[in-house]
Amino acid sequence: MFAFILSRVLQSLPVLFTVALISFAMFAYVGDPVAIMLGQDFTEAQRQALVKDLGLDQPFWVQFATFLGNAVQGEFGLSYRLSRPVADLIAERAPATLELALTAATLALLIGVPMGVYTGLYRNSWLSRFFLTFSLVGVSLPTFLIGILLILVFAVWLGVLPSFGRGDTVKIGWWSTGFLTWTGIKALILPSITLGLFQLTLIMRLVRAEMLEVLRVDYIKFARARGLPNRAVHFGHALKNTLVPVITIVGLQLGAIIAFAIVTETVFQWPGMGLLFIQSVNQADIPVMAAYLLLISALFVTINLIVDLLYYAVDPRLRIGRGQGAH
Amino acid sequence: MAATLRRFFDSDLWWSFTRSPVTMLSAVVALICILGALFAPWLAPHNPFDLASLNLLDAFKPPSWTEEGEAQYLLGTDDQGRDVLSAIMYGARVSLLVGLSATIFATTLGVTLGLLAGYLGGKLDALLMRICDVQLTFPSILVALLIDGVVRAALPREVHDQIALFVVIFAIGISEWPKFARTVRGSTMVERNKEYVQAARVIGVSPPRIMLSHVLPNVMGPVLVIATLNLGLAILSEATLSFLGVGVPATQPSLGTLIRIGNDFLFSGEWWITIFPGITLIAMVLSVNLLGDWLRDALNPKLR
Amino acid sequence: MRKLLWATALACGLALGGAGADARTVRWAASGDPNTLDPHSQNVGTVSMVLQQIYDTLISRTQELGLAPGLATRWEQQEPNRWRFWLRDGVKFHEGEAFTADDVVFSVTRALAPTSNYGIYVDTVERAVQVEPLVVDVVTKRPDPILPNKIASVFMMSRSWSEKNNAARPQNTRQREEMHTVRNTNGTGAFRLTARESDVRTVMTRNTDWWGWKEEASRDANVTEIIFRPIASDATRIAALLSGEVDFVLDPPLQDLNRLRQAQNIRVLEGPEVRTIFLAMDVFRDELLYSDVKGRNPMKDLRVRQALYHAIDIQAINRTTMRGQSVVTGTFFPPQVNGYVKEEDVRLAYDPARARALLTEAGYPNGFEITLDCPNNRYINDEQICQAIVAMWARIGVRAKLNAMPLAPFFAKIQKEDTSIYLLGWGVPTLDALYSFQSLVATRNGEQGDGIWNYGRYSNPRMDALIERMKTQSGEPRNEAIREALRIYREDVPHIPLHHQMIPWAMRSNLTIPHMANNQPYFRWARMN
Repeated sequence: MFAFILSRVLQSLPVLFTVALISFAMFAYVGDPVAIMLGQDFTEAQRQALVKDLGLDQPFWVQFATFLGNAVQGEFGLSYRLSRPVADLIAERAPATLELALTAATLALLIGVPMGVYTGLYRNSWLSRFFLTFSLVGVSLPTFLIGILLILVFAVWLGVLPSFGRGDTVKIGWWSTGFLTWTGIKALILPSITLGLFQLTLIMRLVRAEMLEVLRVDYIKFARARGLPNRAVHFGHALKNTLVPVITIVGLQLGAIIAFAIVTETVFQWPGMGLLFIQSVNQADIPVMAAYLLLISALFVTINLIVDLLYYAVDPRLRIGRGQGAH
Repeated sequence: MAATLRRFFDSDLWWSFTRSPVTMLSAVVALICILGALFAPWLAPHNPFDLASLNLLDAFKPPSWTEEGEAQYLLGTDDQGRDVLSAIMYGARVSLLVGLSATIFATTLGVTLGLLAGYLGGKLDALLMRICDVQLTFPSILVALLIDGVVRAALPREVHDQIALFVVIFAIGISEWPKFARTVRGSTMVERNKEYVQAARVIGVSPPRIMLSHVLPNVMGPVLVIATLNLGLAILSEATLSFLGVGVPATQPSLGTLIRIGNDFLFSGEWWITIFPGITLIAMVLSVNLLGDWLRDALNPKLR
Repeated sequence: MRKLLWATALACGLALGGAGADARTVRWAASGDPNTLDPHSQNVGTVSMVLQQIYDTLISRTQELGLAPGLATRWEQQEPNRWRFWLRDGVKFHEGEAFTADDVVFSVTRALAPTSNYGIYVDTVERAVQVEPLVVDVVTKRPDPILPNKIASVFMMSRSWSEKNNAARPQNTRQREEMHTVRNTNGTGAFRLTARESDVRTVMTRNTDWWGWKEEASRDANVTEIIFRPIASDATRIAALLSGEVDFVLDPPLQDLNRLRQAQNIRVLEGPEVRTIFLAMDVFRDELLYSDVKGRNPMKDLRVRQALYHAIDIQAINRTTMRGQSVVTGTFFPPQVNGYVKEEDVRLAYDPARARALLTEAGYPNGFEITLDCPNNRYINDEQICQAIVAMWARIGVRAKLNAMPLAPFFAKIQKEDTSIYLLGWGVPTLDALYSFQSLVATRNGEQGDGIWNYGRYSNPRMDALIERMKTQSGEPRNEAIREALRIYREDVPHIPLHHQMIPWAMRSNLTIPHMANNQPYFRWARMN
């Protein structure tokens, strides 16, 4: 077990290196920070000075090595846009994104799994068909349009929920949370629905598909034959066996949620990392973009590791599978 | 030929199709969308891609049944004076092409690599999954920007304009394949330890055969779910990309682009610019998904 | 870092506690947030719209953008190269320091630093010298008749506060640490900063000690607190106004104005902005980068430029794309700018037949292909304007491909001169014609800001000579030079001018505030009922 974790941690180093390399190479195409920083009035000499100042006149590999060397020490430099240390900015914004992502994922799981189980068990019921069809309507529209429509209905027409921002937040150490105030919770509702809708649909449909498979498998029939109550069969045996692919997807989707938070945060002016990232893209704020991508990939590698560990916990057969080794 | 047809109509597939009104309705809707898109140049009342025919003074006309509507613009016109109905038909063409091609590309690549990784395991598995990690880390939008940038740098300008569409397809497809690979790998790892696979292995069936004829059919369920949902997603990704200046130009809008443009006019009362393309997109994605659901259930022998 | 966050938390608490029963709070939203609060670091509207609530200048602006006494009560050109300013007595900074001539010397020197982005306002300044504690001289390198116009944009800081906080110069990008001035302020202005979270909110409270509350224009002003919150998405910003979550929106989208006008409790103020939108093209290369015409550059032919101009139905763009919120123009700066001449503000008529004839005459009877580069998030409805133009050109046979992109890659592209024709907007903060001529149509020579935004590389020796005259002469000879340059601009068609932008503001009807052509709300003049 320990050896497995260690090897996975070692494997993730080249992953992070590649991410760093690719994201760094990408910046050549998102625009020129100098053009943005100089504004409307500048002389050619000022421009040259700034290019030199930022080290942008160095060859690509030198720039990359400098960046990597600093990044290893946790030093991401100063944001071009906000003139503030990137690490501070990210620490300030991360709570907003993580709370939003967590709420959205929880929402998707809490509603998606029961709906999936239900639609799997009673696949011909009227309600199942309703769930299946109408959950799809929600994922057939671009996220930004769903967000706007929710704002239109709940903020403008009904006036019950805020249209933007996080409400009041409370500081716990450096972490700012919106969970502890009424306005903070109200502000979470629309963005987390917008963000979680797609995941909800995906989870529901996946659980349903797996349930349908599993319920036909012999040992379930056998369990029924033994006279176990339906509930024990459904939840004790069937649901448990659907969990492997569900865990894979949920784990994967957590990354997708954080990536898609970019759009949701833009629509709701949610002050998280996604909003920070998109504003950095708009103004070619390379240090922030690089740090964001590295952080996300580190997060992702961790999630993947946890997912793989959960496989072991959920499905004992895999341990044997691993034990037999590759051939 | 006739025999094949008769065999088809006698099949269980056709039988289950005729028994499900929802599926039949979906098929009709999907067919309308596809035919409308395919034959847009002959069916559409106007050609919205012919810039010379656009007149800015025709902009913002409401649908024809409203008070200020004009008969020649059934669903109204957008901010550039384009006929919304024609724009939807032409736009659906672009969207379907991009969505289908990207999904097929992603599915093929993802399933193949996922099968290999899950079945063979070992170093190959580790390598492929780490590539997945890298890939999944990047929001698809950024992957597309990178690819577009590389293409711009590597190829002459004239070529770039012609292959813009392929760049989009490739960019969306390449950023979606890990989902398939991860899922297929997870299921394959479960399947390959099941008795029937082990039995097949013992009697000497070759690994490629085991993968194709035993493992593959059993992992197709989740793949179909993801692929159908992914088709919609690919169409939406394309809209986001054109928003960032990569992909199809705004003068030849896709369905997603039309919605994105119309989004700006949602509060100002010109609802038809975004609502009609939106409805079309919902109809298209919904019918494809429902057909996918049906197909999966119908193809799965265990469900009968 | 933890300390900083605690400080912010504390500041938030104070802000909440400070709002009493008599509070008149304005909740203000705009699409962009100030990137920094340093007074001399970034010269952009989103920064100065917040800073001018907090910091004063020697000369302030009237509601018509004229000059009025600010921290200086009087000023005079004592010698050709010397302007003298007499300072207001008894003014204090928010943190208690008295305002003196030494602070002026410090602030002007700070604006002159290489890392300052406000250099354009002090471009002729050599140094500032204290004469007496409340009298200061600004010495210029050459006679500068419009110095007061420019100094009206230079914010005054406290020397002791800045030096104490290690902020004697504007942010240097090479520095690894955040400067104190990025998130902290100490001005003499009508409002003081009480909380600042970038991209989230900026809170300012009334400075009851401000010298200007006694002035005529501010007598009825009663705003005690300003909460500024950026909302980038157009639709969300409007939703927040409609739902009553904000009181004032600086930049409502044009298409929503009708809806807003009809809404109860909402008022729309309209007015012009000092910003002109135009198309500029590559008139330098022998072959265009983005065209199917090989071996020659059609843009070098005046007739082609005229043809593209004649093909644009600007009235249709005004009515439809801009919803009437633009001022159609035939020149490249609006009437508010010193040097404007009405007789030269004449467009080539919309005439597709004439356009086609000119193209045929120039040897392109079947038109040609070209790529139009266009930003999609910089100017009001920029991409829609470009789309409309592409369609209009199609009707005379010019097959333009539209390449619309966000501002970062757009500016990077055109600044590399990697373009054949592009859309640009140009604001004139000095309110003087020289600024536009020098930046946009002077021959690009890499020095002194000449032609710094002339990416089509237009060059005309006569034009250059006239621009040199504008720099040094004053009075009638200077006006003469501007007039002739404007005529050359009109006849030579180095650009295809489109329109001046209008900038509507939207607010709840209980808020009264004068509309300003520089797109800056002055809450010192605002009243909440």
